[in-house]
Amino acid sequence: MRDLMSLSERPEIISLAGGFPNTESFPREVFDDVVARMSSDHLASALQYGPTEGLGELREEIVKVMAHEGAVARQADLIVTTGGQQGIDLAVRTFVDPGDVVLAEGPTYPGAVPCFTTYEADVNHVPVDEHGLRTDVLEAALARLAAKGRSAKLLYTIPNFHNPAGVTMSLERRRKVVELAREHDFMILEDNPYGQIRFEGEPLPTLWELDEGAGRAIYISTFSKILAPGLRLGWVAAPAPVLRKMNLGKQAADLNSSTLTQRFVLEYLRAYDWREHVDRLNAIYRSRRDAMVSALQREMPVKTEWNTPSGGLFVWAALPDYIDTSDLLAEATTRHQVAFVPGSAAYLDGQGTNCMRLNFSGSTEETIAEGVRRIGAAVGDMAELYRAFRVDR
Amino acid sequence: MRVAVLKGGGSLERGVSLRSAENVERALEHLGHEVIPMDADDQLVKTLRAEHPDVAFVVLHGKGGEDGTVQELLEILGIPYTGPGVLACQRSWDKVVAKAYFEASQIPTPAAYAFSGDAFRELGAADALSAIHERLGFPLVIKPAKQGSALGIGLAQEPGDLPKLLMSALSYDDRVLIERLVPGRELAVSVLGTDEPWALPVVEAVPVDREFYDFEARYTVGLTDLHAPADIPDAVAEQAAQLALACYRVLGCRGFSRVDMILDKAGDLWVLEVNAIPGMTDTSLLPKAAEASGIGFEEVVSRLVEDATLG
Repeated sequence: MRDLMSLSERPEIISLAGGFPNTESFPREVFDDVVARMSSDHLASALQYGPTEGLGELREEIVKVMAHEGAVARQADLIVTTGGQQGIDLAVRTFVDPGDVVLAEGPTYPGAVPCFTTYEADVNHVPVDEHGLRTDVLEAALARLAAKGRSAKLLYTIPNFHNPAGVTMSLERRRKVVELAREHDFMILEDNPYGQIRFEGEPLPTLWELDEGAGRAIYISTFSKILAPGLRLGWVAAPAPVLRKMNLGKQAADLNSSTLTQRFVLEYLRAYDWREHVDRLNAIYRSRRDAMVSALQREMPVKTEWNTPSGGLFVWAALPDYIDTSDLLAEATTRHQVAFVPGSAAYLDGQGTNCMRLNFSGSTEETIAEGVRRIGAAVGDMAELYRAFRVDR
Repeated sequence: MRVAVLKGGGSLERGVSLRSAENVERALEHLGHEVIPMDADDQLVKTLRAEHPDVAFVVLHGKGGEDGTVQELLEILGIPYTGPGVLACQRSWDKVVAKAYFEASQIPTPAAYAFSGDAFRELGAADALSAIHERLGFPLVIKPAKQGSALGIGLAQEPGDLPKLLMSALSYDDRVLIERLVPGRELAVSVLGTDEPWALPVVEAVPVDREFYDFEARYTVGLTDLHAPADIPDAVAEQAAQLALACYRVLGCRGFSRVDMILDKAGDLWVLEVNAIPGMTDTSLLPKAAEASGIGFEEVVSRLVEDATLG
């Protein structure tokens, strides 16, 4: 897959494949000012090694960022990671032995797939609908496992503006997930990179918060979406025994996340209001999402279903079953110069072959409209061919 | 010498090409050549004119690089290049054309029929499928006529499998080949040289827990066991080498190429295809063959540069 995707780097290709946040709108004068603050007051320490769990002052600021979403954490609950991605890796590494059952939404974050396969997890997908993870299916899956004398170690979930599905888990289901975790003794790995990337509506409580300190939830978030992914900074909030293990894992992996970018974020958070920047981003993304949804309405020549996400970076679209989106990608990149992520990348069990993930955060409205038009043309070619194979034609 | 390494490009095998090129560039540098890396984009002719290398080392796989296109440009620019010339590339790239050459020279190749997408769209070719499987029987291999690295290839066990697999193959090329499956061992013979070509040891690809040697199996370490030299009787190895040389001559190859074939249960060999620009990644067959022969990959690269020519 990665090999085929290498074509999407070519300049003539419109790529709706990546998950790129907008970095152009970060104000240059703010960047210059933050760098100046770092170099005048903290140069030596910013260039030095730091504690594995991250700078204490930064963790204090992260507590405030989490509070903005209603999640209560103390500095001691936190570890700074190299992107949210490292949080996933450390959590899976901590809990999963080869063959252990991990439950994950179907579809799930394609970037989590290598974490699951590296540690040889037995991933069982739980489908989503417009209210997020189907907790009825989750409950049935847990019962089936129990009947076989097995249990799940971990539930990996992205409750807000899911990547790639775009959906948000309802409050009722969040409560149910927490209840099931207690009942069936598994850990919740809550990945929340997009919670603040909200265009409409009010935030729902995090699973971390609903767990009420019962020690069943691990919370992961990141500065990638609210500031910039190039910083490679995220964080994990976890119960103390879990945090200790993750700290050891992180020591082995990279000792500490970049002190330079930690200091950058710290100085930024002290001097500026990050929420203003996020507001700016959300205005840009909202307009781009609208452009994508209206382009889909206009351009898709066959019955296609998609959600209109209230936040996040992605639209997930389902085409008719006869279209395999890996084949469509070959056709789309070579003949129509457009790329997307085929749905099968978001599953470990071969599902999702008729689905695709489309990113709207990384392209302008015009590019999105043209990209979706091209995808529509590629879909049209395949649909025409399909008609030629129908016995009842 | 100043050697331009032509790599990447806009084909689906771009990623494979970039990995092949890493190995080629390393070998060239080690041999003392000055390497000029060039990603084949719409500035390629300008870049080649500006740099004017002594030799162009073509490491492009797939459309544009393996089908004679870039070779034609190098001919016009007068830059000697490695590997087969324009016509040999065209003949080997299109499996339908290559098969016609094989059949005309009594080189055994599995029976097949080919259709364009338009035949299905405009002429109702779907209605002819039953006649095809009556003649060829199942299982059938469905593959794009022009595509490398086993992309778009599928195995049909029954009539119901055909539409989906044909649609899949036609996503990679506008013509599709429906070929009788010859079950057996997958062998590859790399051939080197121009005036007096010679074959490297036979390599066998054994996919681990997989139906066949597909794209993933080709480029993922651990998904395929490569046996070099293949564990086959000397007489069969010799026969495979002669067959590969016959293919090489029939298509008019030079420099190097790789011939893929099947050794069936009766001990007969069947040629599937010839790759004009074989993969040179860490998991590829040609480097393994070079290693097994004792000459090593670097020597292959060195000879290719020496053999680079025009016309």
